[in-house]
Amino acid sequence: MIAVFKHEIRNYFHTMTAYVFGAFLLAFTGMGATLYNLQAAVSNFEFVLSFGSLIFVVIVPVLTMRVIAEEKKQRTDQLLYSLPITTTQVVMGKYLALLVVYLIPLAIISLYPLVFSQFGDVYLPVAYGSLAAFFFLGAALIALGVFISSLTDNQGFAAGIGIAVILFNYYSVSLAEHVSSTAAGSLAAVFVLVIGLGLLIRYLTKNESLAYGFYFLAVAGLLAVYLTTPEKFEGLLPALMKELSLFERFSVFVNGVFDMTGIVFYVTFAAFFLFLSVQSLEKRRYN
Amino acid sequence: MIAVEHLTKRYGNVTAVDDLSFEIGDGHVYGFLGPNGAGKSTTMNIMTGCLSATEGHVKIDGYDIFEEPDKAKRLIGYLPEQPPLYMNETPAEYLRFVGEAKGLRGAELYKQIGEVLEKTKLTAMRNRRISALSKGYKQRVGIAQALLGDPRVIILDEPTVGLDPLQIIEIRDLIRELGKEHTVIFSSHILSEVQTICEKVLIISRGKLVAFDEPENLEKSLTAPGEITLTAEAEPEEVEALLEETGAVSGMDVKKEENGYARAVLRTSEEDIYAVSRSIFLKFAESGKVLLELGLKKADLEDIFIELTENGDREVPSDGEAEAENGQKTESGRETDSREEDSEEKGGNEP
Repeated sequence: MIAVFKHEIRNYFHTMTAYVFGAFLLAFTGMGATLYNLQAAVSNFEFVLSFGSLIFVVIVPVLTMRVIAEEKKQRTDQLLYSLPITTTQVVMGKYLALLVVYLIPLAIISLYPLVFSQFGDVYLPVAYGSLAAFFFLGAALIALGVFISSLTDNQGFAAGIGIAVILFNYYSVSLAEHVSSTAAGSLAAVFVLVIGLGLLIRYLTKNESLAYGFYFLAVAGLLAVYLTTPEKFEGLLPALMKELSLFERFSVFVNGVFDMTGIVFYVTFAAFFLFLSVQSLEKRRYN
Repeated sequence: MIAVEHLTKRYGNVTAVDDLSFEIGDGHVYGFLGPNGAGKSTTMNIMTGCLSATEGHVKIDGYDIFEEPDKAKRLIGYLPEQPPLYMNETPAEYLRFVGEAKGLRGAELYKQIGEVLEKTKLTAMRNRRISALSKGYKQRVGIAQALLGDPRVIILDEPTVGLDPLQIIEIRDLIRELGKEHTVIFSSHILSEVQTICEKVLIISRGKLVAFDEPENLEKSLTAPGEITLTAEAEPEEVEALLEETGAVSGMDVKKEENGYARAVLRTSEEDIYAVSRSIFLKFAESGKVLLELGLKKADLEDIFIELTENGDREVPSDGEAEAENGQKTESGRETDSREEDSEEKGGNEP
């Protein structure tokens, strides 16, 4: 794992990736700080982070697009398979290197509230609480990006899908207000979700009967619940969209509440997608 | 050292490796020979833990590659068909990563990197970008990577494909050199290559092992027919009559050439070839006919290879698989340089 980690770190700092990522993150938060803290003279640094989180939509997919896709394309994944290291170590090494690349601009950002506090009243606990949550939000999104990169050998494709997925996640709360909240509408949406999950199972396991078994059980279960207690589905879709929104959970921190469940959610989310990335890599060996 | 037991690999309903079993001892250079699409790369990928098997086991020095991959992989250095190189790095950086991943640290790491660079004659190139190196040098970087950690077995998948003749000779010398300290297994679809470097040859066709022996023994053990060609100043009928008298001829083909001479091609068993040609010479001399040319062709490894792999072909079309594998049939057994097909074979391995 350490070998992979060191190798990735060297690579990020040899190429433009780390610098571009850092520059964009710093520029965007810097812009936010100028707008809120300097021009509008607001003393809440957390607003800057809330504003800055939008840039994740672009920079996270750009950072993570090559992480596994490029290995597949260059066929260097063959080397990784033949070395005496496990795929879990490969994925963890890569992920930790990405976190380091992400932490460097974050360390610089962490100085801003201290600087501002020299010139006015900054409520530091909320500022740093939000910054911690900001780190976990980014870490969760990076894990998602790693997984998307593991699905393809085309970097551009990985970046495109990544942007689309994160953008959808960003706006899912606003969209949630416009989607149907009827029971039937929610049922249809959940069906779509089930189909997506089934396809994922099939892709990762190459086991059709497992995927069809999952479909059958999920559809039967959903229909049973819908027919007996349809009110359970009422408003389910908007609730689900809010629930799964990483950015919505971040706004809780910005409002001054350090929500441990939010942190747990981010960590679980990251662990889940890293697990899927390992499976996706293993799958290539078991095709 | 390496035991492959009942190895089978299926992709959907195509069987790439079919119940393959063999054992490889310590030391020597082993050649893994087979036409394109015979399952060489697939077998090597399984042996090195890059691919799972549908059935069967691979044991490296007693460690199962699937159950104890960490221990088994430390004993193997592997160069896949396409060298897995990070193009934006230098050989030194690249080898540092591979060495670290193989568990080398500190002084030992740098010592070994120096050694493998020396062995592969890359020392002068160590700080150039890999993307800027020639194909031969890239191949060497791939071999250097396999050598790190001083593995007991080195597996090279078609190490000479795509190189120019001089580079091929250099790589062959390197393989020979490596064979003194390691067990080297390398695959090729080029027969002469295997014949010159290897002490033992495994021939596989359609995923099955069809022969496993020393090159000389293979030539001896298989009674491939010998062939005699002759040109005589006579009518075809006369030639035919004379040849019939010599006996021990299993088949002949006599034709009249445009220049008026008769040309004959006849088959005989390999042991009889000298005796038959001797009596042909005497018969023609007795009858006063002039022999203008008398040529002998003994079966070489190439004929054996063609015979073995084509026999393999004939076995297969008993079930539905034949259709899927048809594409490779035309090429099988011919010593041609068909890299395009090769890359197709590789592409087929992808999910």
